Amino acid sequence: MPAWLDGAACLPTSDGNEKGERRVKAAAFDYVRASSVADAWALLARHGAGAKLLAGGQSLLPALNLRLSAPDILIDISRIEALRGVTVSPHSVRIGALTRHADLLASPEIAAHAPLLCRAVAEVAHPAIRSRGTIGGSLANADPAAELPACTLALDARLHVEGPGGARVIASRDFFTGLFETALHPNEILVAIEIDRQPASVCGFAELARRSGDYAIVGLAAHGAIAAGVWTELRLGYFSVGTRATLATHAAGVLTGGGTLLEAAAALEHDLQPHDDLQASSATRQHLARVLLRRVVAEMESAA
Amino acid sequence: MSLSPADLPNSYIGRSVPRPHLARLTQGRGLYVSDLSLPRMVHVAFVRSPYAHAEITRIDAQAARAMPGVVRIVTGEELAAFCTPWVGVLAHLKGLKSAPQHPMAIGRVRWQGEPVIAVLAASRAQAEDAAERIEIDFSELPPVVDVMAALDPARPVIHAELGDNLAFERRLEAGEVDAAFARSDAIVEKTFTFARHTGVTLEARSIVADWNAGEQRLTVHLGSQAPHMMQNIIALHLGLAEPQVRILCQDVGGSFGIKVHVYADDMAVAALARMLARPVKYVGDRLESFVADIHARDHVVHAKIGVSNDGVIQAFEIDDLTGIGPYSVYPRTSAVEANQVVNLVGGPYACPNYRARTRVVFQNKAVMSQYRGVGHPIATSVTEGLVDLAARRIGMDPVQIRRRNLVADNAYPCASASGLKFEALSHHASLDKLLAMMDYPALRAEQAALRARGIHRGIGFASFIEITNPGPAFYGVGGARISAQDGAAVRLDSTGAVICQTSITEQGQGSGAIIAQVVATAMGVAIENVRVILGDTDNTPYGGGTWASRGAGIGGEAAWQAGRALRDNVLKLAGTILQAVPETLDIVAGAVVDADGGTERMRLSELARIAYFRPDTLPPDFQSELMATRHYVPRQYPFAFTNGIQASYLEVDTDTGFVRLLRHWVVEDCGTIINPQLVDEQIRGGVVQGLGAALFEHCQYDDQGQMINANMADYLVPMAGEMPDIDVAHVVSPTLESALGAKGAGEAGTAGAAACVSNAVNDALAPFGVEITEIPLVPELILRALGRA
Ligand SMILES: Cc1cc2nc3c(=O)[nH]c(=O)nc-3n(C[C@H](O)[C@H](O)[C@H](O)COP(=O)(O)OP(=O)(O)OC[C@H]3O[C@@H](n4cnc5c(N)ncnc54)[C@H](O)[C@@H]3O)c2cc1C
Repeated sequence: MPAWLDGAACLPTSDGNEKGERRVKAAAFDYVRASSVADAWALLARHGAGAKLLAGGQSLLPALNLRLSAPDILIDISRIEALRGVTVSPHSVRIGALTRHADLLASPEIAAHAPLLCRAVAEVAHPAIRSRGTIGGSLANADPAAELPACTLALDARLHVEGPGGARVIASRDFFTGLFETALHPNEILVAIEIDRQPASVCGFAELARRSGDYAIVGLAAHGAIAAGVWTELRLGYFSVGTRATLATHAAGVLTGGGTLLEAAAALEHDLQPHDDLQASSATRQHLARVLLRRVVAEMESAA
Repeated sequence: MSLSPADLPNSYIGRSVPRPHLARLTQGRGLYVSDLSLPRMVHVAFVRSPYAHAEITRIDAQAARAMPGVVRIVTGEELAAFCTPWVGVLAHLKGLKSAPQHPMAIGRVRWQGEPVIAVLAASRAQAEDAAERIEIDFSELPPVVDVMAALDPARPVIHAELGDNLAFERRLEAGEVDAAFARSDAIVEKTFTFARHTGVTLEARSIVADWNAGEQRLTVHLGSQAPHMMQNIIALHLGLAEPQVRILCQDVGGSFGIKVHVYADDMAVAALARMLARPVKYVGDRLESFVADIHARDHVVHAKIGVSNDGVIQAFEIDDLTGIGPYSVYPRTSAVEANQVVNLVGGPYACPNYRARTRVVFQNKAVMSQYRGVGHPIATSVTEGLVDLAARRIGMDPVQIRRRNLVADNAYPCASASGLKFEALSHHASLDKLLAMMDYPALRAEQAALRARGIHRGIGFASFIEITNPGPAFYGVGGARISAQDGAAVRLDSTGAVICQTSITEQGQGSGAIIAQVVATAMGVAIENVRVILGDTDNTPYGGGTWASRGAGIGGEAAWQAGRALRDNVLKLAGTILQAVPETLDIVAGAVVDADGGTERMRLSELARIAYFRPDTLPPDFQSELMATRHYVPRQYPFAFTNGIQASYLEVDTDTGFVRLLRHWVVEDCGTIINPQLVDEQIRGGVVQGLGAALFEHCQYDDQGQMINANMADYLVPMAGEMPDIDVAHVVSPTLESALGAKGAGEAGTAGAAACVSNAVNDALAPFGVEITEIPLVPELILRALGRA
């Protein structure tokens, strides 16, 4: 279930005057298109808290239509070409924030250097949504059920952000701070995602979604390296288990420490605080997280 | 079998001709109600109750009135002067009670989603903005949510004047039930639970109502299946004469039974148009559709079967309980589904001993009524679930127990234990055909081999019967002005083209194509020369419309009869012109020919030219009659039963509880097949909706009566990615009541799909000793049954 719709049926509207009042038309808002990153800052500075950045609009616009969010103005950054595309350098791959899901899926560079993203993005929504939605939008949105935040954790990615105060780099493990919350400051823009090239690595991915394209009940994006049959490095990025994408460090530690899959699965209990929702209870999620761990790690071991 | 008149040399019967409307619709030239825009039209947004049960203590619309574009804000009290309330009861459902229902709540709200206030504005967006400014104070009352709780004397009574929350109860006893259970070697007793779900149409319900004060006439553009029924009801409750109301049902984006009911918000729009004397438009949005459209199912059935060791079913017994929301839906009521469950359980089997009870209760949830398959999925799941479990207890193969007990193909005509009359069914022929299609032994072998590797696949069957072509026994005898008959008027125009006005309607299933095929065949003209007019009370014969799988069987037969009558008239005229005996002539491919030899004598265009422009050349006492009208209603049988059997092959992931559908087979018998492609797609579409019920669809409510998944992200409709290939085949036993011999095909897919999926899941889980009798079969339910969640 998409967390942005969690319980939408009985949520108060933005101004909270009426329990259960729900609409499918957005409240009136203004719109402006930013021509550059600097232009976007200027617009953000001018319009303050009432402004919101618009990238692919595939999370923001549904939220507006449901009146879960009612900004005064949308600052459309989707035409800033400098923020779109994949560049490969000797040590890393850089993905512009406005790179669309469909671009990732079709990119030979991503297939070669970050295959985990290919596998994950194939499970993101449907073609129509993938051809508009962006990686930056997905990460900035920080939906706990989204695939890409968990992938950046598994890949130990660096997130490049720029604001009027300058540029900074945030490690993916520090970026997702809570339910739809990130380390981004209000005036900052996520401009790129950078991933180290890790030639001798393996990745694994699995999610349990009721229908193809749905948000998963539980999902796991994993990345690591095996040398001589031993895990030398492993990061397990879980999604749809709790309020944000989560690295299962205890479970990964068991495996890199030479422990068994069964022991690693048991350790998950220290890593995850799964939530209850309409699809599954917390206990069921914990169970499914263990099942995915067994399946994904076994798959990675046989691929290595 | 003798040759029916449908077996003409130039027949379109039995051919998959393309639907005439297809090009228009695929080119985006459809005209749905939501496309309509009339001068001075205003849009309405409803403020709906956020509570399941509450008193309305204060309404303040001051701020809303001042919002831009607002034309009027109307409360339930104000609208009551323009529309009388209705009560959804029928005389033949003895004891059924309900309370008067108004278009908008007055004083008290009884379900979350009940319309409370109408906001009329120049645009829908403005109406919604203003709706947000309306303040309503509610004083919450304890809601009745759970069906079980509804009959608890400690719970509130939803309509005090009715005394209790029991809307309807029916009992049935046939044969010697106790003795039959006493002599049974095995008895299985289970509680079957069916979630509430709804029918999600591509186009939401929509209406434009336009009161013309000069004509004193109300024109209503409505996404409905039954225009004449709506004409009668809108006139009745708005205090108009029927001819003062015109209903147009042009392009409609799907219905599935959802659009055959009288909805409070539709009635409100009709009354508002009268009140404001200007066109009013309402198009349901996705979120409100979930709480404003009817829901269906929501049954808990305690059921029992007795079987002897030789596999003979001795008795069935059921006790059904269902919740229908706070009102019985008008005018078809909300007791028909429960009534059908009682009628249909055990229906395919030759077992005379049957006891049943059903109770229908009020509760504070959205209203419940007839949706595709009405009662059949419940009855089929209960019956087939019991039959499979009985077979398991005595160690018999599920196919074997069906062979032993299904009514023999040569036993007809006969009746079921509940008194249903069957003209001719084909359970055994259908079973044989199904087994051959699916290669049953090979599947069982594969299942065993995979099971040894820890892969759990299951095979499930569901035989079913299906009520189609209902006569007046459904509604008319109960006092509802819902026509059981349909009419068709066929005319030859001055160029030789044929026009058919029919009282059945089209919501995407291809009724228009069926009528065109039938008329073209009856007349002997090319289908391209036939135009079908439907969905307009001003321009079609009086009739029931399209619902309950009756369009082809009843409306098609009327069209056939009208086409044949016009053909006779044409041949009489041709005989006069050609100085030939009409019986020696025929019409083939748009021309009058010699019946013997086929030599062309004259084109229909030439004949029409003479009839319309040169009647002076005809004998003085001859009047040509190039339009013929016929009506049809079945009289010998109250319903034309169809039958069939479905099978499902699936895999259960016992670690995750996920079910993967691998293949689905259907063999069904709808009598004469007019258009094989349309029939097969009806079957497939029906199966998909049944699979939705089996695995996905569920209107989930919390204990306060709030629907908590009322959106398209959390309410899961079945989608293509999860659907298996669905193989469809037929056995053909035409009804001899009509010349066409067609029975209905619209609901058979839905009748058995969930039942065979449940049986297949239980078959897959047999090694674990697990028996699940609840749908939807969501992962958590399966994991819980396996002790893994
Ligand atoms: C039916 C449906 C199904 C979906 N299924 C899935 C799914 O299975 N998995 C999944 O992961 N997602 C799913 N999505 C969401 C989709 O992936 C979105 O594209 C994505 O979450 C947001 O990206 P966007 O470019 O559309 O962002 P937008 O919707 O434009 O923006 C989202 C938020 O991020 C902010 N933002 C956007 N870009 C930046 C930036 N560069 N810097 C700072 N802030 C920014 C915006 O202000 C906004 O708050 C689904 C969406 C729909 C409509």
